[in-house]
Amino acid sequence: MVGIISYGAYIPRYRIKVEEIARVWGANGTEISRGLGVYEKALPDMDEDTITISVEAARAAMARRKIDPVEIGAIYVGSESHPYAVKPSAVTVGEAIGATPVMTAADYEFACKAGTAAIQTSMGLVKSDMVTYSVAIGADVAQGEPGDALEYTAAAGGAAMIIGNKDPIAEINHTCSFTTDTPDFWRRENKPYPRHGGRFTGEPAYFKHVIGASKMMLEKMGTKPSDYNYAVFHQPNGKFPVQAASMLGFTKDQLKAGLAVTYLGNTYSGASMVGLSAVLDVAKPGERIFMTSYGSGSGSDSFDLTVTDVIDSDVFDRNAAPTVSALLADKKLVDYAVYAKHKGKVVMME
Amino acid sequence: MSVARFWRKQQNRYNLIGTHCTTCGKYFYPPRAFCPDCRRDGKIVDHQFKGTGKVVTYSIIRSSSGDFKLLTPYVLAIIELDEGSRLTTHLICDIDKVKIGMPVKRVFRKLGEEGSSGAIHYGTKFVPA
Ligand SMILES: [Zn+2]
Repeated sequence: MVGIISYGAYIPRYRIKVEEIARVWGANGTEISRGLGVYEKALPDMDEDTITISVEAARAAMARRKIDPVEIGAIYVGSESHPYAVKPSAVTVGEAIGATPVMTAADYEFACKAGTAAIQTSMGLVKSDMVTYSVAIGADVAQGEPGDALEYTAAAGGAAMIIGNKDPIAEINHTCSFTTDTPDFWRRENKPYPRHGGRFTGEPAYFKHVIGASKMMLEKMGTKPSDYNYAVFHQPNGKFPVQAASMLGFTKDQLKAGLAVTYLGNTYSGASMVGLSAVLDVAKPGERIFMTSYGSGSGSDSFDLTVTDVIDSDVFDRNAAPTVSALLADKKLVDYAVYAKHKGKVVMME
Repeated sequence: MSVARFWRKQQNRYNLIGTHCTTCGKYFYPPRAFCPDCRRDGKIVDHQFKGTGKVVTYSIIRSSSGDFKLLTPYVLAIIELDEGSRLTTHLICDIDKVKIGMPVKRVFRKLGEEGSSGAIHYGTKFVPA
């Protein structure tokens, strides 16, 4: 059955506290942190971008399992911060894990759900026997305009899922999506920062789509929230996923393992996939995972997964790459001035 | 460096592909097409280095130009790879933490770019293991 063969996450080492960002804008940091449910966010090193994050996540996935890179037939990288407007990030990942040249590749963009869209494409290719393995990546060095509400959460990180048919560590029982044309958040060509519809981003956008896709999934599978051990929702902040979970009937205990946003921030295309990685870091054979992503514009992809015995077997080594909590623990806090330099907000003459 | 010149060395930079002399057992990174010891008897094959090694010596760069200006202060180190070849590389490490003999491992990073509209070059740097 189609499923996840291996997975890997990557989070840059640098962090800034939400309070430190608030200090620069004369805002109440304690209140903002509490309101968002986010205390720190990850930022890239000077020489890190979506491509380097994608490569590190893909290599972490390759380290956990012996996979002949020649058998990787497809690579898709979902992001809203591809370093090039034209030239795929996926080819550099392919070259860096030794999968080139007999493979197909493309970059995806669907705000924060481009990574899960890549999982769905990969499932299609694997299920139709077009490829043995396909790599789906969600990664971002998220942009938020200085002083804008997004700046408090826009973070850097990503995760890679290798999708295949043979002995997955987690079977994907089903996937379904809920998609409409909703102008809650966008970024125009050649503009450095996205714009958003303020309060409009909640009810008619995030909640409508996350709840819509999740309900479709529960109905289709004939399941109820208590049938799952873990639930992962797109996490633009620490509040939305908790609210969505309680609207659907999931408990805080089910959310806990996959809620990485609190000390990571919103890694956009990486967000739900880093959350899923954190669950796979601790999940045991037989446990069931519910995941629903969200991308502005808008759409949600829902997944129902069952962890298999393979995760504890000799062919899979979870410890061969760092867990999400280990990546979060290895950190270096910086102030706003260093943050500005890292984010390219200090402009030099060319 | 020109786009074409960089591209030709891409596999070496991305994946630490060097060479190995099967006659005497020496490893070379950057790759050599000719073994200086075995000369014409040397049989040279490609070798992908594991990417682990240790710091032989280092220097802290506090003033730089071009692509490296924003990176200062940074550590430039000579790393001995476990297979036994040495290379000069950027070591991403807090400058007060670097030590001779320190174990390191490879990471994938941006090496530079040709201005804001030019090609971006990627490759291998090292971090504490
Ligand atoms: Zn020799």
